[in-house]
Amino acid sequence: MTDLTKLTIAQARDALKNKEFTAVELTQAYIKNMETKRDLNAFVCETVDKALEQAKQSQEKIEKSLGGDLEGIPLGVKDLFCTKGIETTACSNFLKGFVPPYESTVTAKLLDAGALFLGKLNMDEFAMGGSNETSAFGPAINPWSKDVKLVAGGSSGGSAAAVSARMCAGATGTDTGGSIRQPSAFCGVTGIKPTYGRCSRYGVIAFASSLDQAGPIGKDVRDCAIMLKNMAGYDAKDATSVNVEVPDFEKFLSGDIKGMRIGIPKEYRVEGLNEEVASYWDKAIEMLKDKGAEIVEVSLPHTKYALATYYIIAPAEASSNLARYDGLRYGNRVDGNSIDEMYINSRTQGFGKEVKRRIMVGTYVLSAGYYDAYFLKAQKVRRLIRDDFVKAFEKCDVILTPTSPVVAFPLGDKKMQEDPIAMWLNDIYTVSVSLAGLPAMSLPIGLNKDGLPLGMQIIGKAFDEQSVFEVASALEKQAKFEGVK
Amino acid sequence: MSIDVSTVDKIAFLSRLRIEDNVKESTKEEFNKIIQWVDQLREVNTDGVEELISVNENAIQLREDMVTQGQCSEEILANAPMKEYGYFAVPKVVE
Repeated sequence: MTDLTKLTIAQARDALKNKEFTAVELTQAYIKNMETKRDLNAFVCETVDKALEQAKQSQEKIEKSLGGDLEGIPLGVKDLFCTKGIETTACSNFLKGFVPPYESTVTAKLLDAGALFLGKLNMDEFAMGGSNETSAFGPAINPWSKDVKLVAGGSSGGSAAAVSARMCAGATGTDTGGSIRQPSAFCGVTGIKPTYGRCSRYGVIAFASSLDQAGPIGKDVRDCAIMLKNMAGYDAKDATSVNVEVPDFEKFLSGDIKGMRIGIPKEYRVEGLNEEVASYWDKAIEMLKDKGAEIVEVSLPHTKYALATYYIIAPAEASSNLARYDGLRYGNRVDGNSIDEMYINSRTQGFGKEVKRRIMVGTYVLSAGYYDAYFLKAQKVRRLIRDDFVKAFEKCDVILTPTSPVVAFPLGDKKMQEDPIAMWLNDIYTVSVSLAGLPAMSLPIGLNKDGLPLGMQIIGKAFDEQSVFEVASALEKQAKFEGVK
Repeated sequence: MSIDVSTVDKIAFLSRLRIEDNVKESTKEEFNKIIQWVDQLREVNTDGVEELISVNENAIQLREDMVTQGQCSEEILANAPMKEYGYFAVPKVVE
């Protein structure tokens, strides 16, 4: 039999319906890869027995021609999603041993659609990081590594690595400043951060609530369409989820983009942009032109302020959100002589360095005397950044940019370990989109001279993932990336 | 704006985190670097610009303030590091 893990979700779904193999066989094929590729450290918790049990039930449904869009499809879940009865830690020592008594809305929807979960995936602690190196379980390794171990990207590094290494058919991720798109680019897979409000945040451990969005990471554009359709939707349990119809994204994959206007932001040709990234960007522009799209230059004048804005707003919201970790109701507890000492002991021991750094920065920018100068100022600049996009979209339908100015870098890169700002600068192309709440997809476009994948980002108008899927589909057909490792 | 060690102490306490003495100086320096870096926002003219709190500012829906879930105190307490008599237990707070 062919290697079942090489099939996309769409192919596996059709083959399951045609009885070419069973959901149990499909699941076993992925479990085999999980076992042989444990050194990638992609999974932090495996739930294979439960998955096989679910696969049996799915197979029964398939045989009766019943079941949902994802019936019998084995997925991985980022450890930021609460999964009922399955340890959920956000890859923090603080939450080790925490077993949620409830299911996040997104994972509940996937289960309802028939998906089964192989386990929980590695990530940066509380999704704070761009290389998966802040995880309390150690970093996930990029499957494209050769002699030197490379980072999988972050924060959804385990999700991107697992999909790339065919340890699961697809995975959930979350994106606050680029956490779906950047690891997807680094690992040569496809991921979409939908519009803010498209997916419910209920049961997704909060980092920065005005930015956090869940989304899928898959082997290709179509798989992302299938997964997103089954993750999205209004949820009364999340007041920021938006009550709009969820389109069947699979209907927007024709790749016919004749006459569509593709915006190229002139401010994105930044200093330090990797030459090969720039040259692939040009190639992607040519590919879309060949398909009949019109290329237009657009301007996003506040781009250079996006990172500083993000690194005020995200830590501020994080410091508030993470105040709940008090060692009292769940999670790490280290006793002290007073209640304050207990809080301090529990938090100091439970959180890692990057999380503490961001809590402190956030606390500072929110503190009396600095609130107006930093937090309020950043929220005003955020509006200017959002308005830039609104204006740009008067001239175009989608915007095309690289996903990251760099490719996957070695683990323990000294410069980035010593200078947090150097690590943060990698988010330059992804954070503006997050601040504006827009949908954006990263898909692989080719390999650099060292054989490492490069990603392109397609940004859409709010709640117009359809155009993103159309253009991504066209680009995918042209690029013919031999993706998964 | 420059941050001194006493500010670091104050922020650490507000954050309920402990910064050990041997890393206070380096924490202060790192903090100053970050704050100086975000200070670039000062050059942006935001006169008359209203802050953006949520990108979907008009879409937020309110619901009736009523109990939708209940009778689940056991589940709520299930992950508590210390509990007594159906309550979370804390160190003594009243002398």
